[in-house]
Amino acid sequence: MIRATGLTKDYGPRRAIENLTFEAKQGEVVGFLGPNGAGKTTTMRILTGYMPPTYGTAQVAGFDVIGESLEVRRRVGYLPETVPLYPEMTVFEYLKFMADLRHLPNGDDMVDAALDLVHMEKRADGYISNLSKGMRQRVGLAQALLHKPEVLILDEPTIGLDPAQVVEFRNTVRDVGKERTVLLSTHILSEAQQLCDRVLIINKGRIVAEDTPENLQSRLVGSEHVILRVKGEADDLLPIVAKIDGVQNARLLPDGTIEFQFASGSDVRPEVARATIKAGYDLLEFHPVGLSLEEIFLQLTQDNVRKER
Amino acid sequence: MQNIWTIARREYRHYFTSPIAYIVALLTLLTVGIYFVVIIYYVTNQSYYSNTAPGIDVIIGPLATVFLFASPAMTMRLLADEQRMGTLELLLTTPIKDGELVVGKWLGSFLFMLTIIAITLVYPIVLNKLTSPGIDQGVMVSAYLAIILLTAVFLAIGTAMSSFFSNQFAAFFATFAVLIVFWWLIRLPTFIVQNDSINNILNYLDLNGRFNSMLAGTVSLSDIIYPISLTALGLFLSAAAVDIRRWR
Repeated sequence: MIRATGLTKDYGPRRAIENLTFEAKQGEVVGFLGPNGAGKTTTMRILTGYMPPTYGTAQVAGFDVIGESLEVRRRVGYLPETVPLYPEMTVFEYLKFMADLRHLPNGDDMVDAALDLVHMEKRADGYISNLSKGMRQRVGLAQALLHKPEVLILDEPTIGLDPAQVVEFRNTVRDVGKERTVLLSTHILSEAQQLCDRVLIINKGRIVAEDTPENLQSRLVGSEHVILRVKGEADDLLPIVAKIDGVQNARLLPDGTIEFQFASGSDVRPEVARATIKAGYDLLEFHPVGLSLEEIFLQLTQDNVRKER
Repeated sequence: MQNIWTIARREYRHYFTSPIAYIVALLTLLTVGIYFVVIIYYVTNQSYYSNTAPGIDVIIGPLATVFLFASPAMTMRLLADEQRMGTLELLLTTPIKDGELVVGKWLGSFLFMLTIIAITLVYPIVLNKLTSPGIDQGVMVSAYLAIILLTAVFLAIGTAMSSFFSNQFAAFFATFAVLIVFWWLIRLPTFIVQNDSINNILNYLDLNGRFNSMLAGTVSLSDIIYPISLTALGLFLSAAAVDIRRWR
């Protein structure tokens, strides 16, 4: 469980985050989404007990991050953005060192369990300096999962992983997130969409939106966008399509395709398809361009910029 | 306590994978070895001029000089490197206290230097065989105590400097500068200042004077308390520096 109230952090005269208030419950995967320098890492560092906030408080796993920092650190697994590894150690030595620092009884077994979880058991005796970026990331994750923490905080965990590893990583996080609290930061929006129960969009140190990925999408986008491509010029097709009931804002794009919108829930694509073929055109494709989180994100963060001006 | 030991053990093992540690060990043992051989050779050829056999100071004296350079090299990466590699963030988010981290780091380097010092024990054994009636055991104990205390101080100052800087070389030169002050510069004013109370303080703080008197076999309580206090101060400052880093 994470509960942050009015977190503010100043680095000298620069305010990194301002008045952040949010919650993450047990069994919830919460995504922290924002451009670089938005304050994601700062917030995570406060929650892991690495540094105290300038103002505000936070409870993690039921303990105060300032007054009971050691108790918080006992219950949090943290993967920082730059994976902290000792290259001269073997994977097993490194994890055993972390197990010792956390006073884990039967540390060897817990190291083995963590290695299994990230599928690194075959590389246990290899030196960390010889591992690829993706494998290092997994060792870092093993370190964060080692002590079965109540709260898992992951800072940009999928950077540098190849697509197959990303899928595997997401499965691991999803499994862990079933019974624990996971807070992860990312600027890959599809990842937040797939992984998170809730997304906090943060920009310039403030939370600009907070909701489930689905709600965020439907809240900002009342309609769906579709692009229609036919063989040859579509100039004459445009008025036909525009006349169909439910089609909104039909327009011709410079590449000769037609873009139109329809209200979510009333799919007019079958009618459009029939009309297109009836008019003698060869229908090549329908291509949905539903606003992705990417666009929502840009919309939100740019709104912010505009307001400031 | 367990945390200190965990940190210290990793640090100690790290030295055995570090080229700098091997260079320091090599330099130390080579210097002490060459010095020892030359002295023995010189003394055996000139023995009718002098009636005193070489004592333990021919081993511990050069050891101290080498450690003046070696200690900053051993401690420069202790915390500076953790800072640079991002592993400090890892250590500071595990449930260990800042003080435990710093003491563990220092202890690791201290144990490694003690290992080097232990190797030099072959020289007193050789010296004991070569001289008659053998070396003075009491002086040997006080000389080794002197170098051990001195090493503790040097490394604690180095640990403190390493916690102040995130650049290893800055840590190295800052440590070296502070060691020069305590080892050499601090007693220079006593040659020109006429004020006795100031000179007493400077003499009290002078590590070199204490070291030389211990090398000669005289040990006072303050000879032991002063280096231990200085070590404690160095470690306290390191822990404070780590803590301040969090608040910035």
